[in-house]
Amino acid sequence: MASTDSSLVLLEADGIALQVGARWLCCEFSLRLAAGECLVLLGPNGAGKTTLLHTLAGLRAPTVGSVRLGGCPYADWDSLAAARFRGLLAQQQPDHFSASVLQTTLIGRHPHLGRWGWESAADVAIAQAALAEVGLAELEGRDILSLSGGERQRVSIATLLTQAPRLFLLDEPTNHLDLHYQIAVLELFARLRHAGRGVVMVLHDINLATRFADHVILLDGKGGVLAGTRDEVLQADHLSRAFEHPIRRLDVDGRTLFIPD
Amino acid sequence: MPGRTSSGFVIAGLVLAGACALAWALAAGDLPIGLGEVFDALFRGAEGMGADVVRELRLPRAVAVFVCGGLLALAGALMQVLLRNPLADPYVLGVSGGAAVGALAAMLVGASSWAVDGAAFGGALAAMLVVFGLAHGDGSWTQTRLLLTGVIVAAGCGAAVTLMLSLATDTRLQSMLFWLMGDASGASRPWPALAVLVAGLVVVLPFARDLNVLARGEATATALGVRVQRLRYLLYVLASLLTAAAVTLVGSVGFVGLIVPHVVRFAIGNDQRLLLPAALLAGGTLLTVADTAARTVMAPVQLPVGVLTALIGVPVFLFLLSRNPR
Repeated sequence: MASTDSSLVLLEADGIALQVGARWLCCEFSLRLAAGECLVLLGPNGAGKTTLLHTLAGLRAPTVGSVRLGGCPYADWDSLAAARFRGLLAQQQPDHFSASVLQTTLIGRHPHLGRWGWESAADVAIAQAALAEVGLAELEGRDILSLSGGERQRVSIATLLTQAPRLFLLDEPTNHLDLHYQIAVLELFARLRHAGRGVVMVLHDINLATRFADHVILLDGKGGVLAGTRDEVLQADHLSRAFEHPIRRLDVDGRTLFIPD
Repeated sequence: MPGRTSSGFVIAGLVLAGACALAWALAAGDLPIGLGEVFDALFRGAEGMGADVVRELRLPRAVAVFVCGGLLALAGALMQVLLRNPLADPYVLGVSGGAAVGALAAMLVGASSWAVDGAAFGGALAAMLVVFGLAHGDGSWTQTRLLLTGVIVAAGCGAAVTLMLSLATDTRLQSMLFWLMGDASGASRPWPALAVLVAGLVVVLPFARDLNVLARGEATATALGVRVQRLRYLLYVLASLLTAAAVTLVGSVGFVGLIVPHVVRFAIGNDQRLLLPAALLAGGTLLTVADTAARTVMAPVQLPVGVLTALIGVPVFLFLLSRNPR
Protein backbone atom coordinates (compact mmCIF):
# COMPACT_ATOMS: atom_id res chain seq x y z
CA MET A 1 0.00 0.00 0.00
CA ALA A 2 1.32 3.42 -0.88
CA SER A 3 2.15 5.69 1.95
CA THR A 4 3.51 9.20 2.29
CA ASP A 5 7.16 8.51 1.54
CA SER A 6 9.59 8.07 4.39
CA SER A 7 7.64 9.44 7.38
CA LEU A 8 7.66 7.12 10.40
CA VAL A 9 6.30 3.72 9.44
CA LEU A 10 4.36 2.26 12.36
CA LEU A 11 3.24 -1.04 10.91
CA GLU A 12 4.21 -3.16 7.92
CA ALA A 13 2.98 -6.51 6.69
CA ASP A 14 4.86 -8.26 3.90
CA GLY A 15 3.14 -10.90 1.83
CA ILE A 16 0.95 -12.11 4.68
CA ALA A 17 -1.71 -14.76 4.31
CA LEU A 18 -3.88 -16.19 7.08
CA GLN A 19 -5.20 -19.70 7.43
CA VAL A 20 -7.67 -20.83 10.10
CA GLY A 21 -8.20 -24.57 10.11
CA ALA A 22 -8.29 -25.56 6.46
CA ARG A 23 -9.67 -22.22 5.28
CA TRP A 24 -7.59 -19.39 3.84
CA LEU A 25 -8.97 -16.09 5.10
CA CYS A 26 -6.91 -13.95 2.80
CA CYS A 27 -4.39 -14.50 0.06
CA GLU A 28 -0.97 -12.86 0.17
CA PHE A 29 -0.97 -9.12 0.43
CA SER A 30 1.14 -6.37 1.95
CA LEU A 31 0.41 -3.18 3.79
CA ARG A 32 2.28 -0.26 5.27
CA LEU A 33 0.88 2.24 7.73
CA ALA A 34 2.71 5.47 8.49
CA ALA A 35 2.14 7.84 11.39
CA GLY A 36 -0.90 10.00 10.74
CA GLU A 37 -2.73 7.42 8.63
CA CYS A 38 -5.96 5.55 9.15
CA LEU A 39 -6.61 2.10 7.70
CA VAL A 40 -10.06 0.51 7.82
CA LEU A 41 -10.72 -3.22 7.51
CA LEU A 42 -14.05 -4.05 5.93
CA GLY A 43 -15.75 -7.29 5.01
CA PRO A 44 -18.71 -9.58 5.69
CA ASN A 45 -19.17 -11.59 8.91
CA GLY A 46 -16.58 -14.28 9.39
CA ALA A 47 -14.30 -12.88 6.68
CA GLY A 48 -11.38 -12.74 9.13
CA LYS A 49 -11.24 -9.06 10.04
CA THR A 50 -10.61 -9.73 13.73
CA THR A 51 -8.06 -12.46 12.92
CA LEU A 52 -6.25 -10.02 10.64
CA LEU A 53 -6.35 -7.29 13.27
CA HIS A 54 -4.99 -9.67 15.93
CA THR A 55 -2.24 -10.70 13.51
CA LEU A 56 -1.33 -7.05 13.00
CA ALA A 57 -1.38 -6.64 16.81
CA GLY A 58 1.10 -9.50 17.18
CA LEU A 59 -1.32 -11.74 19.06
CA ARG A 60 -0.88 -14.48 16.47
CA ALA A 61 1.63 -15.08 13.71
CA PRO A 62 0.59 -14.93 10.05
CA THR A 63 0.57 -18.30 8.28
CA VAL A 64 2.76 -16.85 5.56
CA GLY A 65 4.74 -13.61 5.52
CA SER A 66 5.84 -11.28 8.27
CA VAL A 67 4.52 -8.38 10.33
CA ARG A 68 6.80 -5.61 11.59
CA LEU A 69 5.90 -3.09 14.25
CA GLY A 70 7.97 0.07 14.10
CA GLY A 71 10.41 -1.71 11.78
CA CYS A 72 10.99 -4.79 13.98
CA PRO A 73 9.28 -8.20 13.94
CA TYR A 74 7.11 -8.85 17.00
CA ALA A 75 9.50 -11.60 18.10
CA ASP A 76 12.16 -8.95 18.70
CA TRP A 77 9.91 -6.78 20.82
CA ASP A 78 9.76 -6.97 24.59
CA SER A 79 6.07 -7.51 25.34
CA LEU A 80 5.81 -4.42 27.55
CA ALA A 81 7.69 -2.21 25.09
CA ALA A 82 5.34 -3.40 22.34
CA ALA A 83 2.41 -2.51 24.62
CA ARG A 84 3.72 1.04 24.86
CA PHE A 85 3.89 1.23 21.05
CA ARG A 86 0.60 -0.36 19.97
CA GLY A 87 -2.70 -0.82 21.75
CA LEU A 88 -5.68 -3.02 20.95
CA LEU A 89 -9.36 -2.40 21.56
CA ALA A 90 -10.72 -5.95 21.64
CA GLN A 91 -14.21 -6.76 20.54
CA GLN A 92 -15.31 -8.48 23.72
CA GLN A 93 -14.88 -6.84 27.08
CA PRO A 94 -15.63 -9.47 29.68
CA ASP A 95 -16.31 -8.02 33.12
CA HIS A 96 -17.00 -10.61 35.77
CA PHE A 97 -15.89 -8.88 38.95
CA SER A 98 -16.72 -5.50 40.42
CA ALA A 99 -14.21 -2.71 39.91
CA SER A 100 -14.59 1.03 39.70
CA VAL A 101 -14.50 2.73 36.32
CA LEU A 102 -11.32 4.61 37.26
CA GLN A 103 -9.59 1.46 38.51
CA THR A 104 -10.47 -0.34 35.28
CA THR A 105 -9.20 2.55 33.19
CA LEU A 106 -5.92 2.61 35.12
CA ILE A 107 -5.18 -0.92 33.88
CA GLY A 108 -4.05 0.86 30.70
CA ARG A 109 -1.01 2.15 32.61
CA HIS A 110 0.27 -1.42 33.13
CA PRO A 111 3.03 -1.33 30.46
CA HIS A 112 4.28 2.01 31.79
CA LEU A 113 4.82 0.78 35.36
CA GLY A 114 7.63 -1.33 36.76
CA ARG A 115 6.99 -4.75 38.25
CA TRP A 116 6.49 -3.34 41.75
CA GLY A 117 5.19 0.04 40.61
CA TRP A 118 1.87 1.49 41.73
CA GLU A 119 -0.09 4.07 39.79
CA SER A 120 1.03 7.59 40.67
CA ALA A 121 -1.06 10.75 40.80
CA ALA A 122 0.15 11.47 37.26
CA ASP A 123 -1.20 8.10 36.07
CA VAL A 124 -4.54 8.84 37.73
CA ALA A 125 -4.62 12.22 35.97
CA ILE A 126 -3.99 10.50 32.61
CA ALA A 127 -6.84 8.06 33.26
CA GLN A 128 -9.20 10.85 34.34
CA ALA A 129 -8.38 12.83 31.20
CA ALA A 130 -9.10 9.72 29.10
CA LEU A 131 -12.46 9.25 30.85
CA ALA A 132 -13.29 12.89 30.17
CA GLU A 133 -12.49 12.36 26.46
CA VAL A 134 -15.21 9.69 26.22
CA GLY A 135 -17.72 11.54 28.38
CA LEU A 136 -17.35 9.38 31.48
CA ALA A 137 -15.70 11.87 33.86
CA GLU A 138 -18.75 11.82 36.11
CA LEU A 139 -18.84 8.03 36.37
CA GLU A 140 -15.28 7.35 37.54
CA GLY A 141 -16.44 6.00 40.90
CA ARG A 142 -19.15 3.73 39.47
CA ASP A 143 -18.92 -0.06 39.40
CA ILE A 144 -18.32 -1.27 35.82
CA LEU A 145 -20.88 -4.04 36.33
CA SER A 146 -23.57 -1.36 36.71
CA LEU A 147 -22.78 0.28 33.36
CA SER A 148 -24.62 -0.15 30.07
CA GLY A 149 -22.99 -1.81 27.07
CA GLY A 150 -22.17 1.51 25.42
CA GLU A 151 -20.68 2.90 28.63
CA ARG A 152 -18.51 -0.20 29.04
CA GLN A 153 -17.31 0.20 25.48
CA ARG A 154 -16.32 3.77 26.33
CA VAL A 155 -14.50 2.56 29.45
CA SER A 156 -12.54 0.19 27.19
CA ILE A 157 -11.72 3.07 24.85
CA ALA A 158 -10.62 5.19 27.82
CA THR A 159 -8.40 2.30 28.99
CA LEU A 160 -6.78 2.25 25.55
CA LEU A 161 -6.27 6.03 25.63
CA THR A 162 -4.68 5.62 29.07
CA GLN A 163 -2.31 3.08 27.54
CA ALA A 164 -1.27 5.92 25.17
CA PRO A 165 0.21 3.86 22.33
CA ARG A 166 1.39 5.34 19.02
CA LEU A 167 -0.60 2.84 17.00
CA PHE A 168 -4.25 2.11 17.78
CA LEU A 169 -5.77 -1.18 16.60
CA LEU A 170 -9.52 -1.01 17.06
CA ASP A 171 -11.94 -3.90 16.66
CA GLU A 172 -15.33 -2.36 15.96
CA PRO A 173 -14.83 0.74 18.11
CA THR A 174 -18.41 1.82 17.47
CA ASN A 175 -19.87 -1.36 18.99
CA HIS A 176 -22.78 -0.63 21.37
CA LEU A 177 -22.38 3.13 20.86
CA ASP A 178 -25.25 5.44 20.01
CA LEU A 179 -24.99 7.67 16.96
CA HIS A 180 -23.57 10.61 18.87
CA TYR A 181 -20.79 8.58 20.47
CA GLN A 182 -20.03 6.68 17.25
CA ILE A 183 -19.09 9.96 15.58
CA ALA A 184 -17.50 11.37 18.75
CA VAL A 185 -15.25 8.33 19.19
CA LEU A 186 -14.20 8.19 15.54
CA GLU A 187 -13.48 11.92 15.57
CA LEU A 188 -11.43 11.44 18.70
CA PHE A 189 -9.26 8.89 16.90
CA ALA A 190 -9.16 11.15 13.81
CA ARG A 191 -7.70 13.92 16.01
CA LEU A 192 -5.14 11.49 17.46
CA ARG A 193 -4.16 10.43 13.98
CA HIS A 194 -3.73 14.02 12.82
CA ALA A 195 -1.51 14.45 15.88
CA GLY A 196 0.79 11.76 14.47
CA ARG A 197 -0.60 8.48 15.79
CA GLY A 198 -1.70 5.64 13.53
CA VAL A 199 -5.11 3.95 13.47
CA VAL A 200 -6.18 0.56 12.09
CA MET A 201 -9.82 -0.27 12.67
CA VAL A 202 -12.44 -2.83 11.83
CA LEU A 203 -15.74 -1.19 10.91
CA HIS A 204 -19.07 -2.49 9.71
CA ASP A 205 -20.49 0.79 8.53
CA ILE A 206 -19.24 1.53 5.00
CA ASN A 207 -20.27 5.16 5.32
CA LEU A 208 -18.19 5.65 8.46
CA ALA A 209 -15.29 4.03 6.61
CA THR A 210 -15.82 6.49 3.75
CA ARG A 211 -15.68 9.36 6.21
CA PHE A 212 -12.64 8.36 8.28
CA ALA A 213 -10.36 6.06 6.24
CA ASP A 214 -7.27 6.91 4.14
CA HIS A 215 -6.74 3.29 3.18
CA VAL A 216 -9.14 0.36 3.11
CA ILE A 217 -8.65 -3.38 3.06
CA LEU A 218 -11.73 -5.20 1.85
CA LEU A 219 -11.95 -8.93 2.63
CA ASP A 220 -14.54 -10.91 0.71
CA GLY A 221 -14.63 -13.94 3.00
CA LYS A 222 -13.45 -16.28 0.24
CA GLY A 223 -9.78 -15.45 0.44
CA GLY A 224 -9.93 -12.39 -1.78
CA VAL A 225 -8.32 -9.16 -0.57
CA LEU A 226 -8.62 -5.74 -2.09
CA ALA A 227 -6.23 -3.22 -0.59
CA GLY A 228 -5.76 0.37 -1.62
CA THR A 229 -6.71 3.95 -0.97
CA ARG A 230 -10.23 4.72 0.13
CA ASP A 231 -11.35 5.86 -3.30
CA GLU A 232 -9.82 2.84 -5.04
CA VAL A 233 -11.50 0.27 -2.80
CA LEU A 234 -14.78 1.87 -1.84
CA GLN A 235 -16.64 1.45 -5.11
CA ALA A 236 -20.12 0.09 -5.46
CA ASP A 237 -19.14 -2.93 -7.57
CA HIS A 238 -16.29 -4.00 -5.25
CA LEU A 239 -18.54 -3.67 -2.21
CA SER A 240 -21.46 -5.47 -3.85
CA ARG A 241 -19.20 -8.39 -4.71
CA ALA A 242 -17.62 -8.63 -1.25
CA PHE A 243 -20.88 -8.38 0.69
CA GLU A 244 -22.84 -10.41 -1.88
CA HIS A 245 -25.56 -7.81 -1.82
CA PRO A 246 -26.23 -5.05 -4.36
CA ILE A 247 -24.90 -1.78 -2.99
CA ARG A 248 -25.53 1.57 -4.63
CA ARG A 249 -23.51 4.75 -4.42
CA LEU A 250 -25.23 8.09 -3.83
CA ASP A 251 -23.63 11.52 -3.89
CA VAL A 252 -25.49 13.94 -1.66
CA ASP A 253 -24.32 17.45 -0.83
CA GLY A 254 -20.75 16.58 -1.73
CA ARG A 255 -20.81 13.47 0.49
CA THR A 256 -20.61 9.92 -0.80
CA LEU A 257 -23.05 7.39 0.64
CA PHE A 258 -23.37 3.67 0.03
CA ILE A 259 -26.77 2.11 0.61
CA PRO A 260 -27.91 -1.49 0.19
CA ASP A 261 -30.53 -1.97 -2.50
CA MET B 1 -9.12 2.82 44.72
CA PRO B 2 -6.61 1.68 47.30
CA GLY B 3 -3.22 3.33 47.11
CA ARG B 4 -0.03 1.88 48.44
CA THR B 5 -0.34 3.55 51.86
CA SER B 6 -3.95 2.65 52.54
CA SER B 7 -3.19 -0.89 51.38
CA GLY B 8 -0.47 -1.01 54.02
CA PHE B 9 -3.00 -0.09 56.69
CA VAL B 10 -5.42 -2.80 55.51
CA ILE B 11 -2.67 -5.42 55.67
CA ALA B 12 -1.49 -4.20 59.07
CA GLY B 13 -5.05 -4.40 60.39
CA LEU B 14 -5.46 -7.94 59.10
CA VAL B 15 -2.10 -9.00 60.58
CA LEU B 16 -3.33 -7.68 63.93
CA ALA B 17 -6.62 -9.57 63.57
CA GLY B 18 -4.72 -12.74 62.69
CA ALA B 19 -2.47 -12.33 65.74
CA CYS B 20 -5.52 -11.90 67.98
CA ALA B 21 -7.13 -15.02 66.51
CA LEU B 22 -3.95 -17.02 67.09
CA ALA B 23 -3.68 -15.72 70.66
CA TRP B 24 -7.26 -16.83 71.35
CA ALA B 25 -6.56 -20.24 69.80
CA LEU B 26 -3.56 -20.70 72.09
CA ALA B 27 -5.34 -19.48 75.23
CA ALA B 28 -8.75 -21.13 74.91
CA GLY B 29 -9.60 -24.76 75.60
CA ASP B 30 -10.34 -27.27 78.35
CA LEU B 31 -7.41 -25.87 80.25
CA PRO B 32 -7.73 -22.06 80.06
CA ILE B 33 -4.32 -20.45 79.87
CA GLY B 34 -3.75 -16.72 80.39
CA LEU B 35 -2.27 -14.66 77.57
CA GLY B 36 0.78 -13.85 79.72
CA GLU B 37 1.43 -17.53 80.22
CA VAL B 38 1.00 -18.14 76.48
CA PHE B 39 3.56 -15.44 75.78
CA ASP B 40 5.99 -16.97 78.29
CA ALA B 41 5.53 -20.41 76.78
CA LEU B 42 6.18 -19.20 73.27
CA PHE B 43 8.95 -16.70 73.71
CA ARG B 44 10.57 -17.30 77.10
CA GLY B 45 10.71 -21.09 77.13
CA ALA B 46 8.56 -21.39 80.27
CA GLU B 47 8.20 -24.85 81.89
CA GLY B 48 5.12 -26.63 83.20
CA MET B 49 1.98 -28.30 81.94
CA GLY B 50 0.37 -25.10 80.62
CA ALA B 51 3.43 -24.25 78.59
CA ASP B 52 3.60 -27.80 77.22
CA VAL B 53 -0.06 -27.70 76.20
CA VAL B 54 0.54 -24.41 74.38
CA ARG B 55 3.68 -25.54 72.61
CA GLU B 56 2.94 -29.21 71.94
CA LEU B 57 -0.81 -29.25 71.32
CA ARG B 58 -2.28 -25.87 70.61
CA LEU B 59 0.49 -24.19 68.65
CA PRO B 60 0.75 -26.86 65.88
CA ARG B 61 -3.01 -26.94 65.56
CA ALA B 62 -3.44 -23.16 65.56
CA VAL B 63 -0.72 -22.74 62.96
CA ALA B 64 -2.19 -25.60 60.92
CA VAL B 65 -5.66 -24.07 60.70
CA PHE B 66 -4.30 -20.57 60.08
CA VAL B 67 -2.08 -21.87 57.28
CA CYS B 68 -4.89 -23.99 55.87
CA GLY B 69 -7.28 -21.02 55.81
CA GLY B 70 -4.63 -18.86 54.17
CA LEU B 71 -3.83 -21.52 51.57
CA LEU B 72 -7.48 -22.05 50.66
CA ALA B 73 -8.33 -18.35 50.47
CA LEU B 74 -5.29 -17.60 48.32
CA ALA B 75 -5.96 -20.61 46.08
CA GLY B 76 -9.61 -19.58 45.74
CA ALA B 77 -8.68 -16.03 44.77
CA LEU B 78 -6.25 -17.36 42.15
CA MET B 79 -8.78 -19.85 40.76
CA GLN B 80 -11.35 -17.06 40.42
CA VAL B 81 -8.85 -15.05 38.36
CA LEU B 82 -7.74 -18.07 36.32
CA LEU B 83 -11.27 -19.17 35.42
CA ARG B 84 -12.66 -15.62 35.44
CA ASN B 85 -15.59 -17.07 37.27
CA PRO B 86 -16.87 -15.80 40.62
CA LEU B 87 -18.11 -19.29 41.51
CA ALA B 88 -14.67 -20.89 41.23
CA ASP B 89 -13.20 -22.26 44.46
CA PRO B 90 -10.02 -24.25 45.16
CA TYR B 91 -11.89 -27.53 44.74
CA VAL B 92 -13.59 -26.82 41.43
CA LEU B 93 -10.85 -28.43 39.33
CA GLY B 94 -10.82 -31.69 41.23
CA VAL B 95 -7.67 -31.22 43.33
CA SER B 96 -9.47 -31.92 46.60
CA GLY B 97 -11.29 -34.84 44.99
CA GLY B 98 -7.95 -36.40 44.09
CA ALA B 99 -6.67 -35.76 47.61
CA ALA B 100 -9.78 -37.37 49.10
CA VAL B 101 -9.41 -40.47 46.93
CA GLY B 102 -5.77 -40.80 47.99
CA ALA B 103 -6.41 -40.20 51.68
CA LEU B 104 -9.45 -42.45 51.94
CA ALA B 105 -7.73 -45.26 50.05
CA ALA B 106 -4.87 -45.03 52.55
CA MET B 107 -7.33 -45.02 55.47
CA LEU B 108 -9.19 -47.97 53.99
CA VAL B 109 -6.08 -50.12 54.21
CA GLY B 110 -5.29 -48.77 57.66
CA ALA B 111 -2.21 -46.75 56.79
CA SER B 112 -0.43 -44.51 59.28
CA SER B 113 -1.20 -40.80 59.45
CA TRP B 114 2.02 -39.99 57.57
CA ALA B 115 0.98 -42.32 54.78
CA VAL B 116 -2.50 -40.75 54.70
CA ASP B 117 -0.93 -37.31 54.31
CA GLY B 118 1.38 -38.57 51.59
CA ALA B 119 -1.47 -40.31 49.76
CA ALA B 120 -3.63 -37.17 49.97
CA PHE B 121 -0.88 -35.00 48.51
CA GLY B 122 -0.12 -37.58 45.82
CA GLY B 123 -3.81 -37.86 44.92
CA ALA B 124 -4.08 -34.08 44.66
CA LEU B 125 -1.06 -33.89 42.36
CA ALA B 126 -2.39 -36.77 40.26
CA ALA B 127 -5.75 -35.01 39.82
CA MET B 128 -3.95 -31.80 38.91
CA LEU B 129 -1.88 -33.56 36.25
CA VAL B 130 -4.87 -35.45 34.85
CA VAL B 131 -6.96 -32.27 34.51
CA PHE B 132 -4.04 -30.38 33.04
CA GLY B 133 -3.29 -33.12 30.53
CA LEU B 134 -6.89 -33.60 29.43
CA ALA B 135 -7.66 -29.89 29.23
CA HIS B 136 -4.46 -29.27 27.33
CA GLY B 137 -4.96 -32.22 25.00
CA ASP B 138 -5.31 -30.45 21.66
CA GLY B 139 -3.22 -27.41 22.49
CA SER B 140 -6.15 -25.11 23.16
CA TRP B 141 -6.55 -24.23 26.79
CA THR B 142 -9.74 -22.30 27.23
CA GLN B 143 -11.34 -21.58 30.56
CA THR B 144 -14.46 -23.50 29.63
CA ARG B 145 -12.53 -26.61 28.67
CA LEU B 146 -10.44 -26.45 31.82
CA LEU B 147 -13.51 -25.93 33.99
CA LEU B 148 -15.48 -28.77 32.41
CA THR B 149 -12.52 -31.16 32.64
CA GLY B 150 -12.02 -30.25 36.29
CA VAL B 151 -15.69 -30.68 37.13
CA ILE B 152 -15.78 -34.11 35.47
CA VAL B 153 -12.62 -35.29 37.24
CA ALA B 154 -14.06 -34.01 40.54
CA ALA B 155 -17.28 -35.92 39.88
CA GLY B 156 -15.30 -39.10 39.18
CA CYS B 157 -13.38 -38.64 42.43
CA GLY B 158 -16.68 -38.10 44.26
CA ALA B 159 -17.94 -41.44 43.00
CA ALA B 160 -14.72 -43.18 44.10
CA VAL B 161 -15.02 -41.57 47.56
CA THR B 162 -18.61 -42.77 47.93
CA LEU B 163 -17.55 -46.26 46.91
CA MET B 164 -14.78 -46.32 49.51
CA LEU B 165 -17.10 -45.02 52.22
CA SER B 166 -19.55 -47.80 51.49
CA LEU B 167 -16.76 -50.37 51.73
CA ALA B 168 -15.27 -49.02 54.96
CA THR B 169 -15.75 -50.65 58.35
CA ASP B 170 -17.64 -48.68 60.99
CA THR B 171 -14.50 -47.96 63.00
CA ARG B 172 -12.79 -46.30 60.07
CA LEU B 173 -15.89 -44.62 58.70
CA GLN B 174 -15.93 -41.83 61.28
CA SER B 175 -12.35 -40.78 60.70
CA MET B 176 -12.99 -40.84 56.95
CA LEU B 177 -16.04 -38.62 57.29
CA PHE B 178 -14.14 -36.24 59.56
CA TRP B 179 -11.32 -36.06 57.02
CA LEU B 180 -13.82 -35.22 54.30
CA MET B 181 -15.44 -32.47 56.36
CA GLY B 182 -12.13 -30.98 57.32
CA ASP B 183 -10.82 -31.83 60.77
CA ALA B 184 -7.85 -30.14 62.37
CA SER B 185 -7.57 -32.33 65.48
CA GLY B 186 -4.93 -34.53 63.90
CA ALA B 187 -2.96 -31.71 62.28
CA SER B 188 0.37 -31.77 64.04
CA ARG B 189 2.84 -31.01 61.23
CA PRO B 190 1.94 -27.58 59.86
CA TRP B 191 5.43 -26.37 58.96
CA PRO B 192 5.78 -27.76 55.39
CA ALA B 193 2.41 -26.26 54.50
CA LEU B 194 3.48 -22.93 56.00
CA ALA B 195 6.52 -22.99 53.73
CA VAL B 196 4.24 -23.69 50.74
CA LEU B 197 2.02 -20.76 51.73
CA VAL B 198 4.88 -18.29 52.07
CA ALA B 199 6.51 -19.50 48.85
CA GLY B 200 3.19 -19.25 46.99
CA LEU B 201 2.65 -15.66 48.06
CA VAL B 202 6.23 -14.71 47.21
CA VAL B 203 5.89 -16.26 43.75
CA VAL B 204 2.53 -14.71 42.89
CA LEU B 205 2.86 -11.19 44.30
CA PRO B 206 5.20 -9.93 41.55
CA PHE B 207 2.49 -10.94 39.07
CA ALA B 208 -0.40 -9.36 40.97
CA ARG B 209 -0.85 -6.45 38.57
CA ASP B 210 -0.67 -8.86 35.61
CA LEU B 211 -3.64 -10.62 37.20
CA ASN B 212 -5.56 -7.33 37.25
CA VAL B 213 -4.86 -7.00 33.53
CA LEU B 214 -5.87 -10.61 32.85
CA ALA B 215 -9.35 -9.77 34.13
CA ARG B 216 -9.81 -7.63 30.98
CA GLY B 217 -9.73 -10.68 28.73
CA GLU B 218 -7.01 -12.58 26.94
CA ALA B 219 -6.62 -10.36 23.84
CA THR B 220 -6.55 -7.13 25.81
CA ALA B 221 -4.14 -8.56 28.37
CA THR B 222 -1.75 -9.77 25.66
CA ALA B 223 -1.87 -6.38 23.96
CA LEU B 224 -1.06 -4.78 27.32
CA GLY B 225 2.13 -6.80 27.52
CA VAL B 226 1.05 -9.72 29.74
CA ARG B 227 2.30 -13.16 28.68
CA VAL B 228 -1.07 -14.76 29.18
CA GLN B 229 -0.33 -18.42 28.60
CA ARG B 230 2.67 -18.46 30.95
CA LEU B 231 0.64 -16.63 33.58
CA ARG B 232 -2.23 -19.13 33.29
CA TYR B 233 0.11 -22.10 33.77
CA LEU B 234 1.61 -20.39 36.80
CA LEU B 235 -1.83 -19.73 38.27
CA TYR B 236 -3.00 -23.28 37.65
CA VAL B 237 0.04 -25.00 39.14
CA LEU B 238 0.25 -22.62 42.07
CA ALA B 239 -3.44 -22.76 42.99
CA SER B 240 -3.36 -26.55 42.73
CA LEU B 241 -0.27 -26.87 44.93
CA LEU B 242 -1.72 -24.52 47.54
CA THR B 243 -4.95 -26.52 47.59
CA ALA B 244 -3.09 -29.82 47.78
CA ALA B 245 -1.08 -28.56 50.77
CA ALA B 246 -4.26 -27.36 52.50
CA VAL B 247 -6.29 -30.55 52.07
CA THR B 248 -3.31 -32.67 53.05
CA LEU B 249 -2.98 -30.67 56.24
CA VAL B 250 -6.59 -30.40 57.42
CA GLY B 251 -8.86 -32.06 54.83
CA SER B 252 -11.51 -30.57 52.56
CA VAL B 253 -12.61 -27.56 54.54
CA GLY B 254 -15.42 -25.96 52.59
CA PHE B 255 -16.43 -22.36 51.95
CA VAL B 256 -13.19 -20.64 52.98
CA GLY B 257 -11.77 -20.68 49.47
CA LEU B 258 -14.99 -19.45 47.88
CA ILE B 259 -16.26 -16.97 50.40
CA VAL B 260 -13.16 -15.27 51.81
CA PRO B 261 -11.96 -13.85 48.45
CA HIS B 262 -15.46 -12.49 47.82
CA VAL B 263 -15.80 -10.96 51.28
CA VAL B 264 -12.38 -9.31 50.90
CA ARG B 265 -13.32 -8.12 47.41
CA PHE B 266 -16.53 -6.56 48.70
CA ALA B 267 -14.54 -4.77 51.38
CA ILE B 268 -11.47 -3.52 49.52
CA GLY B 269 -12.04 -4.00 45.78
CA ASN B 270 -10.52 -6.30 43.21
CA ASP B 271 -6.94 -5.02 43.02
CA GLN B 272 -5.00 -8.30 43.25
CA ARG B 273 -1.95 -6.59 44.76
CA LEU B 274 -4.01 -6.02 47.88
CA LEU B 275 -6.61 -8.74 47.48
CA LEU B 276 -4.19 -11.69 47.47
CA PRO B 277 -2.34 -10.96 50.74
CA ALA B 278 -5.54 -9.69 52.36
CA ALA B 279 -7.46 -12.85 51.40
CA LEU B 280 -4.62 -14.98 52.75
CA LEU B 281 -4.69 -13.23 56.14
CA ALA B 282 -8.49 -13.11 56.32
CA GLY B 283 -8.75 -16.80 55.41
CA GLY B 284 -6.23 -17.75 58.07
CA THR B 285 -7.98 -15.62 60.67
CA LEU B 286 -11.42 -16.99 59.83
CA LEU B 287 -10.33 -20.60 59.99
CA THR B 288 -8.42 -20.07 63.24
CA VAL B 289 -11.48 -18.49 64.87
CA ALA B 290 -13.72 -21.21 63.47
CA ASP B 291 -11.50 -24.03 64.69
CA THR B 292 -11.10 -22.54 68.15
CA ALA B 293 -14.87 -22.20 68.35
CA ALA B 294 -15.28 -25.75 67.00
CA ARG B 295 -13.29 -27.23 69.85
CA THR B 296 -14.61 -24.99 72.65
CA VAL B 297 -18.30 -24.18 72.14
CA MET B 298 -19.53 -27.75 72.69
CA ALA B 299 -16.51 -29.02 74.63
CA PRO B 300 -15.67 -31.78 75.21
CA VAL B 301 -17.30 -32.56 71.85
CA GLN B 302 -15.16 -31.32 68.95
CA LEU B 303 -17.00 -30.26 65.84
CA PRO B 304 -15.40 -30.60 62.39
CA VAL B 305 -14.11 -27.15 61.53
CA GLY B 306 -15.62 -27.32 58.03
CA VAL B 307 -19.11 -27.29 59.55
CA LEU B 308 -18.28 -24.16 61.53
CA THR B 309 -16.83 -22.28 58.54
CA ALA B 310 -20.03 -22.95 56.64
CA LEU B 311 -22.16 -21.83 59.59
CA ILE B 312 -20.16 -18.60 59.94
CA GLY B 313 -19.43 -18.01 56.28
CA VAL B 314 -22.83 -18.45 54.67
CA PRO B 315 -24.74 -15.77 56.64
CA VAL B 316 -21.82 -13.32 56.43
CA PHE B 317 -21.66 -13.80 52.69
CA LEU B 318 -25.40 -13.42 52.20
CA PHE B 319 -25.39 -10.26 54.33
CA LEU B 320 -22.62 -8.71 52.23
CA LEU B 321 -24.32 -9.74 49.01
CA SER B 322 -27.56 -8.06 50.01
CA ARG B 323 -25.69 -4.92 51.07
CA ASN B 324 -23.92 -4.64 47.69
CA PRO B 325 -26.60 -4.69 45.02
CA ARG B 326 -25.08 -4.65 41.60
